Amino acid sequence: MIYSYYPGCTLKNKAQELDRCARLSAQALGITLEELPEWQCCGGAYSMATDEIASKLACVRALKDARTRGHDLVTLCSACHNVIKQTNHAMAEDADFALRANNYMAPEAEYHGETKVIHYLEMLRDTVGFDKLAQKVTHPLTGKRIAAYYGCLLLRPGKVMQMDDPENPRILEDFIRALGASPVLYPYRNECCGGYATLEDKALAQKKSDTVMTSAREAEADCIITACPLCQYNLMKNTPEAGRLPVIYFTELLAQALGVDEEAKRA
Amino acid sequence: MSKEFDREQILRTSGVNPRKCMRCGKCSATCPSYDEMEYHPHQFVYMVEKGQLDELMASKSIYKCLSCFACVERCPRGVEPARLVEAVRLQVVRQQGNNHLKANDIPALLDDDLPQQAIVTALRKYSK
Repeated sequence: MIYSYYPGCTLKNKAQELDRCARLSAQALGITLEELPEWQCCGGAYSMATDEIASKLACVRALKDARTRGHDLVTLCSACHNVIKQTNHAMAEDADFALRANNYMAPEAEYHGETKVIHYLEMLRDTVGFDKLAQKVTHPLTGKRIAAYYGCLLLRPGKVMQMDDPENPRILEDFIRALGASPVLYPYRNECCGGYATLEDKALAQKKSDTVMTSAREAEADCIITACPLCQYNLMKNTPEAGRLPVIYFTELLAQALGVDEEAKRA
Repeated sequence: MSKEFDREQILRTSGVNPRKCMRCGKCSATCPSYDEMEYHPHQFVYMVEKGQLDELMASKSIYKCLSCFACVERCPRGVEPARLVEAVRLQVVRQQGNNHLKANDIPALLDDDLPQQAIVTALRKYSK
């Protein structure tokens, strides 16, 4: 199975492990990820403004290129996934936005959201299958209590993202089970870590991250997994060191369970 | 700019119809930035409807929205208050000289681990 792949800027820099472990694991699972040759930064946040056009064009270009290459587009970073998926939805559903974007870019064929965008987790669930994934696990994480942290961007807005139930998701918990570990449910698994406010109002990010961390700790988790570099940063950097659980990318856990990477961080 | 122009522009940019709101307050109840805001999400809805824009546009509350989509997801009437917060903020930062975060301010805010994603997102949200 071949997919086009959009890594995004953070995965080329501060979140290289998220990307590296994803590629190694995909290879082991018989999935080919073809990185789009000329992708540009998604912008990090999807503007909810109806008259923001230019800031969404980089995503439209990536989506259009994926259509040309003929494969569904896989994303990994939660923010890239959210921005690209919402942009794709707007190109399909918002005639005014699609007209303006197509007029500006003048593609050979107008783009109207034809590319299917899926997150790496959806690829694991729907293409590989969590049952098949479980069979490929060589280093099961038996006995580990793992807290899945969804944050905001993987799930919301639910009507656009359509990954899972936005209020009671299970895709990451099912993923954890497939690797032989035990998922830990805790109240703040889909509430915000404080996000980009860490630049403007660090106290706000510290407060929000500490709430999430405390919630996972009180549920007696051994570690937290996430798909988002900014969640990882906030939970590791904006929480008190005492009582801080390790926060790793879900692909690090995957690479470890598949035995494809001796260097992958231990859960 | 006239207040009426600001109001029309905010309504157009947001695509929100504040009159759909039934004042249940669920948006503010679920907002992670509630404690940090002078005006809360439900107040944005009725203040835009009534044209009380000077207060909103001058308030730091417009920079506290985390774009987490909680109020968008949970609004039972599909008003989606975060769209109004975004539109009010844009009405401010789109004016010349009103950037809330300047590119030159960024280096002092960096540390070794800060993901690129945080920088581009903050610039998108706070500046034009």
